[in-house]
Amino acid sequence: MNARIALAGNPNTGKTTLFNRLTGSQARVGNYPGVTVELATAELALAQRRVTVVDVPGSYSLAARSQEEQVAIDALLGLGDAPRPELVVCCVDATNLSRNLYFVLQAQELGLKLVIALTMIDEAAADTPNAEQLSALLGCAVVGVIARTGQGVDELKKVVERELAAEMPRPALRFEPTPALRTRIEAIKASFPQDWPASDGLALWAITSAGGDDELVLPESLRAALTREIPNDEAGCEVDDETVLGRYRWIDANIKPPTKSTKARELTERVDKVLIHPVFGFAIFLAVQLLLFKALFTWAEPLMDVIEGAFSALGEQVQALLGEGIVTELIVEGVIGGAGSVVVFLPQILFLFFFVGMMEDSGYMARVAYLMDRIMKSMGLHGRAFVPMLSGFACAVPAIMATRTMERQRDRLLTMMVVPLMTCSARLPVYTLVIGAFFSPTAKALGIPVQGGLMVALYLFSVVIALLAAFVLSKTMLPTTSSALILELPPYRLPRLGDVARMMWQRAKAFLQEAGTVILAASIVLWALLNFPRQHDQPTGHVAIHAQSASAQVAAEELPASDLLNHSYGARLGHAIEPVIAPLGFDWKIGVGIIGAFAAREVFVATMGVVYSVGEDADEESEGLRDKLRNEAKPNGQPAYTPLVGLSLMVFFALACQCVSTLAVVKRETRGWKWPIFLFTYMTGLAWVCSFLVYQGGKLLGFS
Amino acid sequence: MDSAPRRLAQLPLRTPCSVLAVHGSRPVRRRLLELGLVPGTRVEVIGVSPLGDPLELEVRGSRLSIRKKEALTIEVKT
Repeated sequence: MNARIALAGNPNTGKTTLFNRLTGSQARVGNYPGVTVELATAELALAQRRVTVVDVPGSYSLAARSQEEQVAIDALLGLGDAPRPELVVCCVDATNLSRNLYFVLQAQELGLKLVIALTMIDEAAADTPNAEQLSALLGCAVVGVIARTGQGVDELKKVVERELAAEMPRPALRFEPTPALRTRIEAIKASFPQDWPASDGLALWAITSAGGDDELVLPESLRAALTREIPNDEAGCEVDDETVLGRYRWIDANIKPPTKSTKARELTERVDKVLIHPVFGFAIFLAVQLLLFKALFTWAEPLMDVIEGAFSALGEQVQALLGEGIVTELIVEGVIGGAGSVVVFLPQILFLFFFVGMMEDSGYMARVAYLMDRIMKSMGLHGRAFVPMLSGFACAVPAIMATRTMERQRDRLLTMMVVPLMTCSARLPVYTLVIGAFFSPTAKALGIPVQGGLMVALYLFSVVIALLAAFVLSKTMLPTTSSALILELPPYRLPRLGDVARMMWQRAKAFLQEAGTVILAASIVLWALLNFPRQHDQPTGHVAIHAQSASAQVAAEELPASDLLNHSYGARLGHAIEPVIAPLGFDWKIGVGIIGAFAAREVFVATMGVVYSVGEDADEESEGLRDKLRNEAKPNGQPAYTPLVGLSLMVFFALACQCVSTLAVVKRETRGWKWPIFLFTYMTGLAWVCSFLVYQGGKLLGFS
Repeated sequence: MDSAPRRLAQLPLRTPCSVLAVHGSRPVRRRLLELGLVPGTRVEVIGVSPLGDPLELEVRGSRLSIRKKEALTIEVKT
């Protein structure tokens, strides 16, 4: 097996760029066990041997409060299931030495074999210590690199190879602990499990990390010793002071603060005068968001049409090749249709991650959080939640993936739980159909045209509900343990297209491999639900799961398709849920539509088209379908669908989690079924209650 | 020059000062210390977000943003 080396350091030090430089383009993105922290590993060819490089998430300190922060120490020391790296390359930003060296000191206390990659040396002030001086000071190898251009990377590789053969250093503290702290360190070390290195540094890590309501996973003996040695926060603050101050005292004695502001800093100050200006700042922010929105909504569409066209053409080819039959249908509609409904997300995912990558790598994302923090905080959300929330208007799937831009699991989860409430583009065809069928184009209420007014109202409704949901969830399911915002505003830097492209590719790949398979399986199940059982004497009418994957075979008036659907398991389910949805004003036919809509909301329109025998090509503008809906009568001769039913139906669609793809991607991002199940339950419950209130309330007020 | 201890959030913009002590809850306090806001460190509030919160600080040559609530836990002298 290859030797492992870890790449660690502060955020914004060029660590990701260096990782990409070192490893080319073949990183594998996995996951740390138990937490939703991604773990990128890649092979690196040195002159004589190959090593595996592990990218440790960037952090300012190794001390941890949560399991996701604990990942760093586990990866560096090989605790838990992680293999121990033989060497750690630590990225140190030359323009920000004192804070970066704090991390280095922690690593040296643990006895890690370090090679320091001194980055940003092209931006550092003239009086900054150079690599040799730092190496002499720290007693480990230091290589100056410019990750952006690749300068110094070859030397870094040579030094890594040389150091791999060197002896392990001894763990070293840079300050002399007081007798009281020394006693605590010894007591903590005595409680370590056998396979833990008994270093002072690891004891200090445990002492400064644990305490209060930390969420760390620690061996029982250690936990007991910690409770004994650090009985309360007061004692905790005492050891924090001694430890943190001890390290910084050494740093401040050895590293003089830079006397002059760097060029990057000066440029950043000038740019910030505009970008976080009360007027221009918000104007530019809105313009950037509008551009992002335009890309997701408008520019992605032609690409999505091409993908849909390609998959339906492929389906037709396969159909022509295989001839009629149940297997053909399974392949064409279940498999090819399902695969199409996965791939069709790619344009939006790629566009969104292009924007997110540019915003993050340039340093602008931190300013977004700085600008929006006050508004988002009042709803319990992180300032960076704005971009995913806005993207939710286009599609929840890429928006949920974009929650990665937040570091804390709690912030990500909260955003994921409310993003699907935003009015996504798949809800539009449903609203258009219902508004067109049940509301007159000439009707006005309070002087506002009803049709247009309803559409606007539905958008506002979704935003209000999403923010309310965030507020309620942040007080109940996902309370903040530490609500403080501590945000670095890094200097602006030109993003490297290679890094951005790599992130886009990794996100797209993860989506296809992990969420895609779930979506595909669900599409096949839904197809089967709506197409089985079938009598043998029936012609091969069928329902396409995908609104756009039109089959040339089914003409608009062909009845068998609706016969088939109306006797399918889906229809039986529709009948079965009728008692539950009747109080909302829905009959079993809408029930079938709702079930079909799980594949994607817009499929509701196509399913209703088949239920009403207008053909699956029916779209939301189709007069035939609108008329059928309008003329549908209850057994007593009254119209089955009234504006009130229409309103109730739209409220249901606004709130219910009618989307397998959303659930699949939440499962992928949270690594488990708990959160997708919760999301589905709370949204559908909320939808039922609100539709119930609308329908029953409307009836009480005398509407029909 | 005023040398009585005050809180960072109470100083006018662009008033250079140095940290005396950090109060507040242990986890937040530890993070602030680890970012270099240890006693004796020079710090300056150089900006306020247009909506009034959070603040932008300059400390050790880098820019940090923290909310007023946290800036009230940092005791400084000018």
